[in-house]
Amino acid sequence: MNGKLSNFWKLFGKPGVVSTQAEAAISSQEQQRGSTHLVEFDQNDPVIQYFQSAPGVVEIEKLIFDSPTLRTLKAAGVKLTVPLVSQGELIGLLNLGPRLSEQEYSADDHGLLNNLATQAAPALRVAQLVREQQIEVQARERIEHELRVARLIQQTLLPKGLPDLPGWQVATYYQPARAVGGDFFDFIPLKDGRYGFVIGDVTDKGVPAALVMATTRSVLRSAAEQFSSPGKVLERANDLLCPDIPERMFITCIYAILDPNTGHMVFANAGHDLPYRRCGDGVEELRATGMPLGLMEGMEYEQKEIMIGTDETILFYSDGLVEAHNPSGEMFGFPRLREKMAYHPGGKELIEYLLDELKSFTSTGWEQEDDVTFLILERTEGSVSDREADKSNHPFVEKEWQTLAEFSLASEPGNEREATRRVAEVVESLNLDRAKLERLKTAVAEAAMNAMEHGNKYQPDLPVKIRVQTNSAALSVQITDYGTGQQIPQPEIPNLEAKLAGEQTSRGWGLFLIKNMVDELNVTVDEKHHTVELVIYQEGGKHG
Amino acid sequence: MADQPFDAQIRKVNDAVIIDLFGDIDAFADQSLDESYRKAVSSGAQAVLLNFTGVHYINSTGIALIVRILAQSQKSGIALLTYGLSSHYQEIFEITRLADFITIFPDEMSALTGLETA
Repeated sequence: MNGKLSNFWKLFGKPGVVSTQAEAAISSQEQQRGSTHLVEFDQNDPVIQYFQSAPGVVEIEKLIFDSPTLRTLKAAGVKLTVPLVSQGELIGLLNLGPRLSEQEYSADDHGLLNNLATQAAPALRVAQLVREQQIEVQARERIEHELRVARLIQQTLLPKGLPDLPGWQVATYYQPARAVGGDFFDFIPLKDGRYGFVIGDVTDKGVPAALVMATTRSVLRSAAEQFSSPGKVLERANDLLCPDIPERMFITCIYAILDPNTGHMVFANAGHDLPYRRCGDGVEELRATGMPLGLMEGMEYEQKEIMIGTDETILFYSDGLVEAHNPSGEMFGFPRLREKMAYHPGGKELIEYLLDELKSFTSTGWEQEDDVTFLILERTEGSVSDREADKSNHPFVEKEWQTLAEFSLASEPGNEREATRRVAEVVESLNLDRAKLERLKTAVAEAAMNAMEHGNKYQPDLPVKIRVQTNSAALSVQITDYGTGQQIPQPEIPNLEAKLAGEQTSRGWGLFLIKNMVDELNVTVDEKHHTVELVIYQEGGKHG
Repeated sequence: MADQPFDAQIRKVNDAVIIDLFGDIDAFADQSLDESYRKAVSSGAQAVLLNFTGVHYINSTGIALIVRILAQSQKSGIALLTYGLSSHYQEIFEITRLADFITIFPDEMSALTGLETA
């Protein structure tokens, strides 16, 4: 065909999703053959609707519409337009300018163009579909790649191992959702022998969440080195994160510091789901208030403390569990979690149990909506006698002990002062600083008094034996009585308010005092004796 | 340091009564400490100052005795203050949280000034 021009087109969107704008490439009369320019068409233009239903070649000059598209086509010198229709949908226009011979298009030309359009339309449609598919595949690949990056960031930064704390069992579970939420946890060993535990959740998903999580982790680690109280650590982290965090993103997080020797745990919470404590009396929430990190500068964080007793379990978790939905749209929820926890004896097996409960709640085919994370802390050997049996866990056991003195005292009221005096005399050569010496004296007096009063029932013929030992790292005072079979109760934090209100006896301070005066309190029992060992570290230790 | 039997003396300063404590505060101090507190209160004192300058030993039973006195003073609305505690026993007052309820002053002068401005 000797037409001056030729081509055109436009590519509409997906079939059925017709965009309001369409484009066509038009070759103007003045331009060289084959060159094109794009014209945008309004899909609601009456002429476009006409093209859609036209039976074949349309002579542009014969059309009378009030139509911007038509004006554009005419201005571009288009003589004939062949609508390309596939499955009832207009997918492009084949536009022709005047013939180079300046003659009119013949009936044969019309027939040829109609034939061409019938074959070109489906081919064009196939090409369009292939292109759409390629774009989709590329987009999917990009998303998959992003998710891989997000997962990689998270998995690289989550701790590789668990802290090895004698007398404690630590367990974790982390299952990212397909879209990778921003859950994280961390363990931070502290210089004073205590251990920091972090669990958190960044709002948002994917790479942005992973990057904020990475930043939060570093900020928390540096704050934890700087401050020894969890409230201060969160306060500092919040102030550091606030200026840099993207809008509408924030982090909920708990920071807890555990003293593995005593079971004392102090914690603060930046808007994270409240941890649960599984203890003899059931399940209780560990509540401390504070705003999430990254929302507002200058926030303060409430700090709470507890003593974790033997066989008690603390569960930290993320919202992926409590906010999971079942097929009827019901949420797993906090009451259910609490109830399930109360049924279970606790420990790391709790994770398996909760996952089973989650599985049966959501039923098969559930697509995990958010990351699910658990961090479990269980005190397995509170009565230090167990630990004593496993000497390999003792930090100073490999260092050889030297006995400084061994003596016996009659079990008489007031004789604990004699015990204190003699121990103070014996350790004089060690040059303990004054505060440490005073603490040791108070601890020895209390322990000796317990031995005489409770162990030996003040029977004058039953002596209390005292042995003082030292090595390069620590000082040990062992106080032995004849109280067999008795287990030393776990020291609890006395409830001063209840004592003042007359609801409790004003007594009951002894064990609490001892525990606070020394770095270790170990108890051993054999068939005939009951021994309390007080250990004070030469360097560092509880009181620096 | 040998055992020092407990003893307590009472002095009245303005509306306050100072109880000068001497010796060890343990089970043996029980009656004497209670008695001196009762005497201080019966003199119409609005505030009782415990002077620990002469005390070098307080054990867990002694802590219980102080808790008992604090409970009585709270019930009758009498302020309880202390001074003269060694740094070790100040630490123990903090650990036991007695310091949350009993203000600790370094000496008599600051305690009396603290009382006036309170």
